[in-house]
Amino acid sequence: MATLEISALRKRFATLEVLKGIDISLEEGGFLVLIGPSGCGKSTLLNTIAGLESISSGEIRIGGQVVNDLHPSKRDIAMVFQSYALYPNMSVAENIAFGMEMRGVPKAEREKAVAGVARTLQIEHLLSRRPSQLSGGQRQRVAMGRALVRKPRVFLFDEPLSNLDAKLRVDMRVEIKRLHQQTGTTIVYVTHDQIEAMTLATKIAVLKDGELQQVGSPYEIYNSPSNLFVADFMGSPAMNLLEGKVTGANGASRIVIDRRDHPPIVLPVPTSADAAKLADGAKVIFGIRPEAVNDTESMDRNAKSVSTFEAKVELVEPAGSDTYVVTNAAGKVLTARMRADTQVRVGETHSFAFNLDRAVLFDPETSRRI
Amino acid sequence: MTVAADALMAAPARKPTRHSMTTRVVIYGLLIVFAIVYLMPLVVMVMTSLKPLQEITGGNMFYLPHDLSFEPWKKAWGTACVGLTCAGIKGYVWNSVRMVVPAVLISSLLGALNGYVLTKWRFPGHKLVFGMMLFACFIPFQSVLIPMATILGKLGGIGQTLIDATGYSFGFGDPTVNLVLVHVVYGLGFTTLFFRNYYETFPTELVKAAQIDGASFFQIFRRILLPNSAPIFIVTVIYQFTNIWNDFLFGSTFAAGDSSPMTVALYNIVNTSTGVIEYNVNMAAAIIAAAPTLVVYILAGRYFVRGLMAGAVKG
Repeated sequence: MATLEISALRKRFATLEVLKGIDISLEEGGFLVLIGPSGCGKSTLLNTIAGLESISSGEIRIGGQVVNDLHPSKRDIAMVFQSYALYPNMSVAENIAFGMEMRGVPKAEREKAVAGVARTLQIEHLLSRRPSQLSGGQRQRVAMGRALVRKPRVFLFDEPLSNLDAKLRVDMRVEIKRLHQQTGTTIVYVTHDQIEAMTLATKIAVLKDGELQQVGSPYEIYNSPSNLFVADFMGSPAMNLLEGKVTGANGASRIVIDRRDHPPIVLPVPTSADAAKLADGAKVIFGIRPEAVNDTESMDRNAKSVSTFEAKVELVEPAGSDTYVVTNAAGKVLTARMRADTQVRVGETHSFAFNLDRAVLFDPETSRRI
Repeated sequence: MTVAADALMAAPARKPTRHSMTTRVVIYGLLIVFAIVYLMPLVVMVMTSLKPLQEITGGNMFYLPHDLSFEPWKKAWGTACVGLTCAGIKGYVWNSVRMVVPAVLISSLLGALNGYVLTKWRFPGHKLVFGMMLFACFIPFQSVLIPMATILGKLGGIGQTLIDATGYSFGFGDPTVNLVLVHVVYGLGFTTLFFRNYYETFPTELVKAAQIDGASFFQIFRRILLPNSAPIFIVTVIYQFTNIWNDFLFGSTFAAGDSSPMTVALYNIVNTSTGVIEYNVNMAAAIIAAAPTLVVYILAGRYFVRGLMAGAVKG
C-alpha cells in the first residue's frame, strides 16, 4: 500500500511522443482507472509504472520513492496481464510461487503463502493443474493470485477482463472491487470499458493521444466532463451534443438550437455554465445525457430547471430496463432514456423535457466546457 | 465466376460414391507406386548386405538372400579397410557421434539464445543483425572453405603454442573440435531463423511477467522460454543432426585420416581400388552410416512436421 505520484511524465519512441507530460497522483488505497481509445497511451503509461518501459523524462514515485530507474522486480509492484501471462510449463502453485522462488524465499514459506492466497481466491483445488487445463475465469483468478501473493505496494491491471465473456466479466469485476475493499491496496487499472471504469474507480484518468483529458472521480467525469472528448467517450449511450447559439447577454442569455422542420428550441443557460462568459451570438455545443432527456410526466421532480420541446420519434430501442428513444434535433441524433413501459411510437410527435440541471455547455472552438 | 457457379450447382447431381472411389484408387495407386520407388534402393541395400559375395556376383540383385549372412555387417563394423587401416568403420562412427552431438546441441542452444534476444530483447538494429544471420543460410559451403581453413590454421597455431607451453592443446587444432566449430558457425543462421520465428509468436507478456517476478535474463530463458520450445527444438535438432551427420565436404576438407567422420570413411571404403569390390560390406557400411538419421526421423518425425507448421502458420 502506497501513494503513487506521476509528474511531467514523457515517453518518446524515436520521434513519436506517446505520452505528452502526464501528471497524476493517487492516494494510498486509491483505485485509479486509465481509460481511453486504443492507441491513447494508457497501456504504455501502465508499463512505465511497472518499469517494463523506460521513460524519456519526468518522475514516477511510489510511496514517495522515485522508481524511475528501478528494475520492475524492485518496484514492489504486481501486475495482472490481459492474456494472464501464466507460465504454461508450470503448475498453478509453481506459477504463484515463481516470484518468491526468484527472490530466494525458502520453500516452506512459499508453500504457506501459496496456500493462503489460494484460500482467498478459492482456487485450492486447482493448485496442481497446468494453466492449459483451466477455464478463462480460473486463469484470471490464478493471475490475480500470482499478483496477490507478492503483497505489493501497487497493483497494476492491464485490461484484465477483456478476454472473458460478458457474464464472467461482470462477476470478476465485482470480485476485483471486493478484493480492493478487503485489502485496501493501491490499484492502477487500464481498460477501454467505461462501465468497468465507472464501477471500479475512485479516480478516473481519461487519456487521448498521450494527453490527459481529465482526472477526477467517476461522478465528476460523468457529470462534468471537462471537454467534448470526455463527454462523448464516457457514457453509453453517449451524451447528446447539439450545436446551438447564444442570444442576449449580461445574464439574460438564452441558448437557441435551430431545427430544420420544427421551431427552434430555446433554452435557459444550464446551471453548470458560467453565464457571464457567454457572448451574444457565440456558438456553443449543448451537451445533455440521455437520462436527462425524458417524458414531461416522468421528469425528475427535484429538477430546478426544465425545458420542454416537441420532436418526432425516429427510432425506439427497448433495452429491458429502459427504452431509448431516438429523435432528431438540429440535424443530429438526440437520444432520450425513458421508462421501459413508455408508450412512444415511431413516427409520432412527442413532447420531451430537458433537465437543465444536468446539462453542460462546450465551446466548439476549444472544445472545453464553459 | 459463372463457370464455378455452374460446377457447384452440377456437383450434387453426380453420383458421389463412384467418383470418390476412382479418386481413391488413383491416389492410393500413385502413393503405393512412389512408396515402392522410394523404398526399392533401401530394400536392395538391406538384401545385398545380407548375402555372401558369390551370391551377389552370380545372381540378380532383386533376389532374396539364399544363405543369410551377417558376416558383411561384422566386417563393415570391425575389419573393413578404410585407407590403410583395416579396423572397420566403428571408429569413424564414433568420430561422427563426437562431432554431431556437441555441434547440434551448441548450435541449437545458441540459435535459441539468438532467437530470444532478437524477439524479446530487441535492440536498435536488430532487424539488420537478423538479416545478416539469415544471409548465412544462403552462403554456399564451397565459398567458406578457404577462409575457414585459414581460421582453423590459426587455431591450430594457438593449439601448438599451448602444447609447447603446457603440454596440452585444450582442443585447439583438434580435427573433431574444428568440425564442431565449423558446423556450429554454419548452422547458426538456420537455428536462429527457426527459433526467432518461433519466439516471434511467443507471448511477450510472459517475459514481462517473469521480469516483474524478478527473473534475470538467463533465468527467463531457461525457466520460461526453453521449457516451452519443445516443438521447435525438435525441428532444429533433426535439421541440424541430418545436415551435420550427412556432411561430406567439411569432413573431407578439415578432418583427414583417423579423425574423419563416418561419411568420409564410407567414401574411402567404397572407393578402395585394391581387390574385389565387396558390395555386401559396402552396403552394410552405408546402412550403418544412414541409420542414425533414419532413427531420428522415425522417433521425432511427426514433431518435425508439427513444429515446422507451427512456425510457418503463426510466424
